[in-house]
Amino acid sequence: MAEEKRQKLINTLLPTESMKVIGESIGLSQMQEETCQVLSEEASYRIKEIAQDALKFMHHGKRRKLMTSDIDYALKLKNVEPLYGFHAQEFIPFRFASGGGRELYFYEEKELELSDIINTPLPRVPLDVSLKAHWLSIEGIQPAIPENPPPASKEQQKTESTEPLKAVKPGQEEVQMHSKGQGTAVTDAKGKDQKKLIEGSAMKLKPRSTHELSVEQQLYYKEITEACVGSCEAKRAEALQSIATDPGLYQMLPRFSTFISEGVRVNVVQNNLALLIYLMRMVKALMDNPTLYLEKYLHELIPAVVTCIVSRQLCLRPDVDNHWALRDFAARLMAQTCKTFSTTTNNIQSRITKTFTKSWLDEKTQWTTRYGCIAGLAELGPDVIKTLIIPRLQIEGARIKAVHEGPVVSNIDKIGADHVQSLLLKHCAPVIAKLRSPPDNQEQYRADYGYLGPMLCTHVVKARSQAAIQAQQVNRTTLTITQPRPTLTLSQGGQPSSTSRTPSIIKMPNSITLPMQTLVSARPSTSTQPSPPPTKFIVMSSSSGSSSSQQVITLSSAQSAPTSTSPVTTTVPSLQPLVKLEPGGSQGTGNAVTVGSGVSRTVQKYIVVSLPSAADSKSQNTMGQHQLSPSSSAALEANAVGSLNNAVTVKLERPESPSNGNQSPQPSH
Amino acid sequence: MAAIPDGPVKSETELEVKPDSVNDVAGNPNAVQGIGGTPKTSPSVAATAASVTPPDITDRQTLLAVLQFLKKNKLLESEETLRKESGLCFDNEEQSGSVDGGSVCATGDAEGSDATLLSRVSGATSAPTAAAVTGVPVPAKGDDQPDVSVVLSAYSQQGDPALYQVYYSGLKRFIESVLDCHRAELSQVFYPLFVHMYLELVYNQHETEAKDFFDKFHGDQECYYQDDLRVLSGLTKKEHMKGNETLLDFRTSKFVLRISRDSYQLLKRHLQERQNNQIWNIIQEHLYIDIFDGMPRSKSQIDSMSGSLAGEARREANKAKVFYGLLKEPEIEVPLDDEDEEADNEEGKPKKKKPKKDSMGSKSKKQDPNAPQQNRIPLPELKDSDKLDKIMNMKEATKRIRLGPDSLPSICFYTFLNAYQGLTAVDFTDDSSLIAGGFADSTVRIWSVTPKKLRGVKSAADLNLIDKESDDVLERIMDEKTASESKILYGHSGPVYGTSFSPDRNYLLSCSEDGTIRLWSLQTFTCLVGYKGHNYPVWDTQFSPYGYYFVSGGHDRVARLWATDHYQPLRMFSGHLADITSTRFHPNCNYVVTGSADRTIRLWDVLTGNCVRIFTGHKGPIHSLTFSPNGKFLASGATDGRILLWDIGHGVMVGELKGHTDTIYALKFSRDGEILASGSMDNTVKLWDATKAFDDIETDDFTAATGHITLPENSQELLLGTYVTKSTAVVHVHFTRRNLLLAAGSYNP
Repeated sequence: MAEEKRQKLINTLLPTESMKVIGESIGLSQMQEETCQVLSEEASYRIKEIAQDALKFMHHGKRRKLMTSDIDYALKLKNVEPLYGFHAQEFIPFRFASGGGRELYFYEEKELELSDIINTPLPRVPLDVSLKAHWLSIEGIQPAIPENPPPASKEQQKTESTEPLKAVKPGQEEVQMHSKGQGTAVTDAKGKDQKKLIEGSAMKLKPRSTHELSVEQQLYYKEITEACVGSCEAKRAEALQSIATDPGLYQMLPRFSTFISEGVRVNVVQNNLALLIYLMRMVKALMDNPTLYLEKYLHELIPAVVTCIVSRQLCLRPDVDNHWALRDFAARLMAQTCKTFSTTTNNIQSRITKTFTKSWLDEKTQWTTRYGCIAGLAELGPDVIKTLIIPRLQIEGARIKAVHEGPVVSNIDKIGADHVQSLLLKHCAPVIAKLRSPPDNQEQYRADYGYLGPMLCTHVVKARSQAAIQAQQVNRTTLTITQPRPTLTLSQGGQPSSTSRTPSIIKMPNSITLPMQTLVSARPSTSTQPSPPPTKFIVMSSSSGSSSSQQVITLSSAQSAPTSTSPVTTTVPSLQPLVKLEPGGSQGTGNAVTVGSGVSRTVQKYIVVSLPSAADSKSQNTMGQHQLSPSSSAALEANAVGSLNNAVTVKLERPESPSNGNQSPQPSH
Repeated sequence: MAAIPDGPVKSETELEVKPDSVNDVAGNPNAVQGIGGTPKTSPSVAATAASVTPPDITDRQTLLAVLQFLKKNKLLESEETLRKESGLCFDNEEQSGSVDGGSVCATGDAEGSDATLLSRVSGATSAPTAAAVTGVPVPAKGDDQPDVSVVLSAYSQQGDPALYQVYYSGLKRFIESVLDCHRAELSQVFYPLFVHMYLELVYNQHETEAKDFFDKFHGDQECYYQDDLRVLSGLTKKEHMKGNETLLDFRTSKFVLRISRDSYQLLKRHLQERQNNQIWNIIQEHLYIDIFDGMPRSKSQIDSMSGSLAGEARREANKAKVFYGLLKEPEIEVPLDDEDEEADNEEGKPKKKKPKKDSMGSKSKKQDPNAPQQNRIPLPELKDSDKLDKIMNMKEATKRIRLGPDSLPSICFYTFLNAYQGLTAVDFTDDSSLIAGGFADSTVRIWSVTPKKLRGVKSAADLNLIDKESDDVLERIMDEKTASESKILYGHSGPVYGTSFSPDRNYLLSCSEDGTIRLWSLQTFTCLVGYKGHNYPVWDTQFSPYGYYFVSGGHDRVARLWATDHYQPLRMFSGHLADITSTRFHPNCNYVVTGSADRTIRLWDVLTGNCVRIFTGHKGPIHSLTFSPNGKFLASGATDGRILLWDIGHGVMVGELKGHTDTIYALKFSRDGEILASGSMDNTVKLWDATKAFDDIETDDFTAATGHITLPENSQELLLGTYVTKSTAVVHVHFTRRNLLLAAGSYNP
């Protein structure tokens, strides 16, 4: 007796209607019901018989997929003429039709114009079969070469990161052992056993992975990072290609992630637009790699990306350089991240949305940041645009109007306003085109959307005309995001190190002006602005194994001015006030990452986004949502203490030579 | 008690063993001579003779049917001969006049075409004549499908259809209530009973009752019968039963159950008390209960052996002696100095073997008592080139790596790129210099994996110009212009499902959906012979380890043994109840093993044509087979993803290796037999510790007498390594002479 119950075998039959229809198609009208019944039973039986035979051909063809040719051969077995002309590579696109109380599925056959076929250029000749040899295993160990699958599958990486204590299944053990063995060259069985023991005990103690890179991997890492931020575009393309496709990168992922996050941190300070773009391209490549389980490193990557979206200043000459492109690119990356990784537990999308909204709503936000916020939101899809951006068009319009028509303002504001305007028009028009019904009236638009109304109207008309083509519709789960509480008005603190607090995420220097043209100017600046002396961060220690549930988002933006401070190294106690909104405001105690950006003459800004741990969540926000709040701190350096005990110590140094401009980040590994 | 099945002798009882008896006769001395070389006295099937000898009335009828058949097909000569031999008078013929059904024994010693005729008949259950493979007797009933109706007629007895469910559930209740130790054994009865009762209902056209019966009880059956149940579920009408292979198989072969005496008594008593004649009849007529004395078997023991289409193998079926030992290596008679010239510093290796040409075989100085006589099967003489190859082989063997759990082989994987799912078969030469691939587009392609390119022989005109006396004549006949790394062989008209190189690398065999086996020359890269006989897709073929002979098996359920210089098969091995999916030669060339879609493995004696072993236990069609190098063990892999290990001498299962999740298409032992490599559709190559697997068994208390073994659950310990490919199904694995593992498959993105 079988203990386990299986799915029921049901003798499915073709519907009798099909028999009727087929009968009609060959001119037999009014078939008896019984006739149809008999026919359908017989036909069903024969079809099943043929399918069973066809399966044999599939098995012997060493395939998992039944193909039309298998059915042909099965028919041939039965001495039936095969059906010629069916060559569906993939599924057969059956169309559905109903009418006259009947439902039908049919195979749509298009009529082809013979002359079209004759006149079309010949398709490329398929490549001939060829043979390629590689080592699947060398003395029992599978080498990590592109021909072999990644040593640790994505699933496995996920299990490792989410359930590190889960006992490794015996089947996987082999694979893992072999993959781990690469670095340490475990060859003999005894070594294996020892390794197993070590691994086993280590797992019980703490899921702390020691990432040992083999010499090859170190070399690879060096080459790739150098190529990615180097000057040779061809090499960079190759390196990015490698990151996007190589299957064996997961061991180097922590390095890459740190490289990017530190790189962004440094280069934002230095306003090195080119490097920021390169780094964002690396993020893109990493995200494109299907074999990597990135969730573990989002806490490093997202802040970096967000920085590139909203940072007040990304280049040395905001008037000339096209930092807008970087913002757009990063915003798209962010949207992709949300799409790929947002889950109900990490709430990335809603948190990101909140972040953007909050700083956008702020009156004092600079145009650049404003642009970034809007771009970031707009990329998240039409629903977000509809709920968050369109309602604010009027206000934003007023602001733009103020810049355009108001008293003379700095050129940089004007450019910013222009960009924001075109951005809003670009993103809102298609959405409005869908929301509103056709008669597009300039006046009506003006009434609804204020200053931007008329321009919007023309864009909508244009959008409608293209609507047929532009059926780009991203289906997104609707986001209901509460507007940030108005209590977040930040007080000017009387603290010694901070003079002005901007309620924005990122404080922009008010004095930067100028139009922008060029995309990138990577050379050391010769602008009129007092160029900030380069600041060098050295990451003292970074163990990046924070748990995936914790998201630490760090945004940093700084304008460093020459100060007399000598290199200082301080360690901030882990119990550091994280957020000070207002006097008497809530104080976070735990997990905060604060990144010092240097002492400026005006402000020292720390933008801290933290996920409160369960213990102190009550004091901050409900449901463990992120609280985003600017805060300042006297400390030059922040010691970020995650809920896991990994610490990042950032040492701020001031190099001897102030012209030491294009420093690339130095991962300290 | 074993008399039970024999009690009510129905005509089928006799016939059921027929396939074997057919082959028995094929083994008469005549036949052996035939195999030796005379092409004309093809002993393919001396089947007719078989049916002549027993004076049984059913056989007589069969004979009449055959005569009728021959007459009908204008095979007058055959008819004449047969008639003479059988000494039958003509009158009888008239009685069976209306018989036109086919019969298996068509060929006789008639001329050529008979072989194909036979195969057509025997394979053609779906063909209009719908003949049964097993040679069902042909009663003169005048029915248009006599054989089928005979097969089914046993179902005609009527019981009250409404009561079937009651009967069955009554038995179910009883079996569930018996002691645990008996329950597992008696539960075996459920499946065959279920099928037969269902078929009876269908045959008697109680469609709704049949449907209800099926719906109610099919969930109780063991999961490994799922495939058969699916076929059964579609079968709802009497008309469907005609020409349904599964049904015929079920009916023509008794389902074999092994039950301990105690359990059997229990069942019998119950059925008799309850007067449950319906079930009792089915048990008596359609089941063969193999009763043994001793402890009832446990559930796991039963499960490991059951699963085949027709139940387990009978115990007697595996009692015949099998000479599984290896043949003595033929001595290399090349004088020592010659050898030194050709193979420098051969360290006097061949010296040990005394060059004595005539000592070959006739002497009984072979070490292995289990080896067959050297000349039991005539083997081709060694050519000079073969000897050279043997020397190379020995040289390489000295450099062979000893494998074991601590020293796993390296695996070199050959990926077929751009094959578009079309790769259907792969083979390597023994010396690993060539790879052949069979493709769904009917082509066979050969690659050279050594720097040596493939060259064809020059055309006849050019060959004339060559100085035939020159030393390097063999080199001179090659046409440098044709040198290339790969060659394509065109000739088949359907997917190529099997390829096999001859041991001397001069020939390649390929078998295809088009029903032919083709022999290709690797000198000219042309087709030499097309062996026709199967008429239906041929699923597998393989050269014997000594060349000359080859075996093939296909959809027609008959495995054929061929010699390259005969266009007709030398032997036909029939007995499988479904497609033969894989065929292999024993290393000593005396036996052939076939795996089938009926989920059994059969070992056939090449000499006599008898089936000497039936192995059951797989739960799916068997797609890979391989012998251990010492000839003692057999490994088999099936669609169920399990590898089973068999001891040929004792005829029992000795191990089960679980780990694969999909069909296993490739199995191979390392050259010394320590490691078993398996390649599967699940994109993995796995290595297993064969030494340990066999050692564990041999030290066990071996219950060969009963064959009831308890398999240790040690698959995980035996698994030495798993190597995942990148979406490349592994179609073939091969150990080089130095124990490097080669694997091949096509990349399916």
